[in-house]
Amino acid sequence: MNAQQKEVILQVKNLRVEFGGKKNKFVAVNDVSFNIYKGETFGLVGESGSGKTTIGRAIIRINEAAGGEIIFKDRKISGKIDKQLDREVTKKIQMIFQDPMASLNERAKVDYIISEGLYNFKKYKSEEDRKKKVEKALLDVGLLPEFASRFPHEFSGGQRQRIGIARVLVMEPELIIADEPISALDVSIRAQVLNIMSALKKEKGLTYLFIAHDLSVMRFITDRIAVIHKGKIVELAETEKLFKNPIHPYTRALLSAIPLPDPIAEKKKVIQIYDPNCHDYKNNPPSWSEIEPEHFILANKKEFEEYKKLLK
Amino acid sequence: MGAVKEKVNVKSDVVLSAEEIVIKFNLRGKNLTAIRGCSLELHKGESLAIVGESGSGKSVFTKSFMGLLDSNGWIDSGSIIYKGNDIASYKTEKDWLKIRGKEIAMVFQDPMTSLNPLKTIGKQVQEAVELHQGFKGDEAKKLVLEILNDVGISEPEKRYKQYPHEFSGGMRQRVVIAIAVACRPNILICDEPTTALDVTIQAQILQLLKNMQKKYDLTIIYITHDLGVVANVADRIAVMYAGDIIEIGTSEEVFYNPQHPYTWALLSSLPQLGVKGEDLYSISGTPPNLFKEIKGDAFAPRNPRALKIDFEIRPPYFELSPTHKARTWLLDPRSPKVEPPEAIKKIRQVWGGK
Repeated sequence: MNAQQKEVILQVKNLRVEFGGKKNKFVAVNDVSFNIYKGETFGLVGESGSGKTTIGRAIIRINEAAGGEIIFKDRKISGKIDKQLDREVTKKIQMIFQDPMASLNERAKVDYIISEGLYNFKKYKSEEDRKKKVEKALLDVGLLPEFASRFPHEFSGGQRQRIGIARVLVMEPELIIADEPISALDVSIRAQVLNIMSALKKEKGLTYLFIAHDLSVMRFITDRIAVIHKGKIVELAETEKLFKNPIHPYTRALLSAIPLPDPIAEKKKVIQIYDPNCHDYKNNPPSWSEIEPEHFILANKKEFEEYKKLLK
Repeated sequence: MGAVKEKVNVKSDVVLSAEEIVIKFNLRGKNLTAIRGCSLELHKGESLAIVGESGSGKSVFTKSFMGLLDSNGWIDSGSIIYKGNDIASYKTEKDWLKIRGKEIAMVFQDPMTSLNPLKTIGKQVQEAVELHQGFKGDEAKKLVLEILNDVGISEPEKRYKQYPHEFSGGMRQRVVIAIAVACRPNILICDEPTTALDVTIQAQILQLLKNMQKKYDLTIIYITHDLGVVANVADRIAVMYAGDIIEIGTSEEVFYNPQHPYTWALLSSLPQLGVKGEDLYSISGTPPNLFKEIKGDAFAPRNPRALKIDFEIRPPYFELSPTHKARTWLLDPRSPKVEPPEAIKKIRQVWGGK
């Protein structure tokens, strides 16, 4: 993959997000930078509290960026921006949420749930046009147009998550932030949702930012992965490179924790536990460096030399 | 691993045996059959995983061992023999109190809701120690600190006085396990013990349960929807669908030589086995309506490879080995040869190569 040829759709530069007042400030995201190319699925993986969701929310302007900037299609969208751009960001960047049981309005019919974005932006010519758009979105996610007149409680978890995807599609977004879209689903239904997401990506040339804590799903769906720990990205690489050469001790710990559907391998497996104290960063601060083409890592000079020996 | 197999083979060490259990619920004036003649033998010291999607009845089935069915549900027929008594016939709370905690304890899915937010961690564990082991005061506290230490909570003295909100999700689940173990049960039922947790923490909790099993001589039932999680911990696996166990065998047998089309489907839909760029195998349709009587193999309507007989007659168990049996007509010598999905063929090669 050649970075120069690819069109960058989203740039996150030295992003910093803080919570709390002056006295008890908490830095949730610290100096995070990455690019997302058009048409790829970019994965953000880390444990709860690592700040992965906060980054997603900062991109769609729910959380304010305290430092750094976010650039979407060559325009800065963080900080103060004019109203028109704000509306465009809302339209072009959409989000799929984790729990389909909680993210759909229980009192609204599917028709309204999917149309809500259209109503807000008057994104339809006539009532007929709106109905057509809803119908198309439902068909796109493999649901029947008749479902538009039903309520969310009449659907299973997988179907609800597909409604969540349909209401995103109807806005014709360019970037979709999927925040743990399958964590709350049964294993058998996860496959459905993953398949629909990849089919839509191919069909409509969508770009995904896929947020999850489970690396096994990530390997299946993403093109590149950034591993985030305590608000800092520690490793970023193409998916297969990351699985072939996991370098950072935290990435290795995450990988070793993936449950394998293979009893013999599982019983031999040794789980690695990451201890952040293994780094000596006081005297020798780490920097972001490229260890092999398109494979970046957070390390100080001494570590970098050691990590290099680990490359296969 | 040899030791595990021996344990499973010996029939005399059955600690609990459920025989032809039928469980019904009354819902809006209609009767729903949640468990349809399900049998299970639990062997001493083993870990058994019950796997199935939501609504398959895995939780209801195990809850009936503790008399924890909702008030609109009842055991319609069948027996559950535990220590020579048929506990399926227990009617009063007084009877069940002899079983709950002391004999069979449970770890629930969500550690955020299964602890009392108004009581300190220490008090909650101590309650179990006092009630089930008969210790009081300082003696009980000493024991609590020991158990907290066992489940991997550092500085138990300090943690004893803290409240659940001061603990992380993984730490809370450790406390829930401590409470269950403090009852000194024979059997521990873990209902999706790691579903609400991160992958890294999940691995640690499973390891902890394994250690506890050795130390306290427990028989563990794991309930989960994720086959991927149980390969590490389970000696045997039972796959449930629509209120019945459709395949049961040792962990190796079920993973490397699965027989029932539903087991195939569950395994092939795991992303770990998927091929990048291709569609993952997904199960179409929905589980059957349990208000209606189910004819034939319950999975047939969702099974693209179903035979005609699957829609007509309920398959019996076919034995593949003393430990492995499956309820599918595919194993009948008269049935045509049906090819399993690609992912399953790959797994079978591992089995053949072993």
